[in-house]
Amino acid sequence: MLGYEAVVIGVSAGGFTALSSLLAMVPETFPIPIAIVQHRKSDEHNYLSQHLDKICPISVTEAQMNADVEAGHVYLAPANYHLLIERERQFSLSVDAAVCYSTPSIDVLFESAADTYGNTLIGIILTGANHDGSNGLQKIRECGGLAIVQDPASAEYNVMPQCAIDAAGADHIFSLDEIGHFLAGIRHGCSH
Amino acid sequence: MNVNDKEELELDLFISMVKSYFDYDFNDYSRASIKRRIKQLAVQSGVEHISELIPKVLYEENFRDVLLQSISVTVTEMFRDPSVFASIRNEVIPALMILPTVNIWHAGCATGEEVYSMAIILREAGLLQYCTIHATDFNEASLDIARQGKYPLENIKGYTKNYIAGGGICSFSDYYTVDGKWAILDPTLREQIRFYRHDLAKDEGFGMMNLILCRNVLIYFKKHLQDHVFNLFDNSLDVNSFLVIGDKETIEFSPIANSFEAFCPTCKIYRRG
Repeated sequence: MLGYEAVVIGVSAGGFTALSSLLAMVPETFPIPIAIVQHRKSDEHNYLSQHLDKICPISVTEAQMNADVEAGHVYLAPANYHLLIERERQFSLSVDAAVCYSTPSIDVLFESAADTYGNTLIGIILTGANHDGSNGLQKIRECGGLAIVQDPASAEYNVMPQCAIDAAGADHIFSLDEIGHFLAGIRHGCSH
Repeated sequence: MNVNDKEELELDLFISMVKSYFDYDFNDYSRASIKRRIKQLAVQSGVEHISELIPKVLYEENFRDVLLQSISVTVTEMFRDPSVFASIRNEVIPALMILPTVNIWHAGCATGEEVYSMAIILREAGLLQYCTIHATDFNEASLDIARQGKYPLENIKGYTKNYIAGGGICSFSDYYTVDGKWAILDPTLREQIRFYRHDLAKDEGFGMMNLILCRNVLIYFKKHLQDHVFNLFDNSLDVNSFLVIGDKETIEFSPIANSFEAFCPTCKIYRRG
């Protein structure tokens, strides 16, 4: 059984509700790190991470520059910064140009995480109304990682998951509930 | 060897060539961002692989400028993060008013938008004519844009909103004239600004600065280069002076953390003891 080392999640419109229910299913002692890009307004501060931290068993914080990417934590990209994962398994941030009008961008996180984790990475695309994340998910698959996409029929906004499936394909097309069960089944880096 | 391993090897070779030939060490930069930018440069240059950029380093005349341009392009705007400019206006400037002359270093000023923002705030406080603003960047092409003080008119709406949110007390339209698709900033704002090329990784600092601004530059550097730059700033600052960095940057865990205290609780403004 392949050992997974990290999960990256990309989500846009409809993400507040989707992340609230998905992350509530992730146990406090989840064995690998989860990094998330949620598109959001530029003037929004860390309300989202505070809200998710309050309602979820697992710790949810904003990712910080130079910080180690650690198991048992959910990290959110801060508003107005791209989030990247370095080879040393540390976070870095950038204010490079927006991708698909978005800073942070899902593609930027996914592509850097694929470089770092290769075939031990799980990439997940959830609800959204644009095509950010499609290139990133494709890169994850090219590097041998696992691609999971929320079933467009069950997503609040179907454009982003549908674009991801069209561009990259997927190993699993799951409802939100099924994604939650899949993640909850990951033990010590393996999925059963 | 898979595609990714090959790409990493090509990137190492390219970085090594740039270091040998141009004397810029991109090993000191965050690898993931550098890789993204170099890959974009490859696409713009019409080549498939990073390794195909290597001959360009050696044989293409203006490639140094092209490379620096693609490495150093950052997104900036006038009064970016207006709350920071409001804090500078309300908290920092009153402390600078007691000085006979004020020296300001804006490090990594890129295309200059935030330097002019600072000049506007200083003018509104009646302080600009007593100030010298040293605005530096390592990219000469960005500095050329900064020296012109000419920005796309379509950006002005956003800048005006930021100016108001940052506590602007006049009408923002007083500070520019329109020429076709361009907004030309009032050239008298530039009278106290000196633009120079300066590389934070290699060049010396300036002496006796009262305020240093360096926002969203350190996020691109690895820890040891961040620490080097913090030391450079520490050595360049006078006592009781101010350091403003980006809102996701911190001097905590740096060698100079003990010399500074947090001056503003809501944004990254520090004061040197």
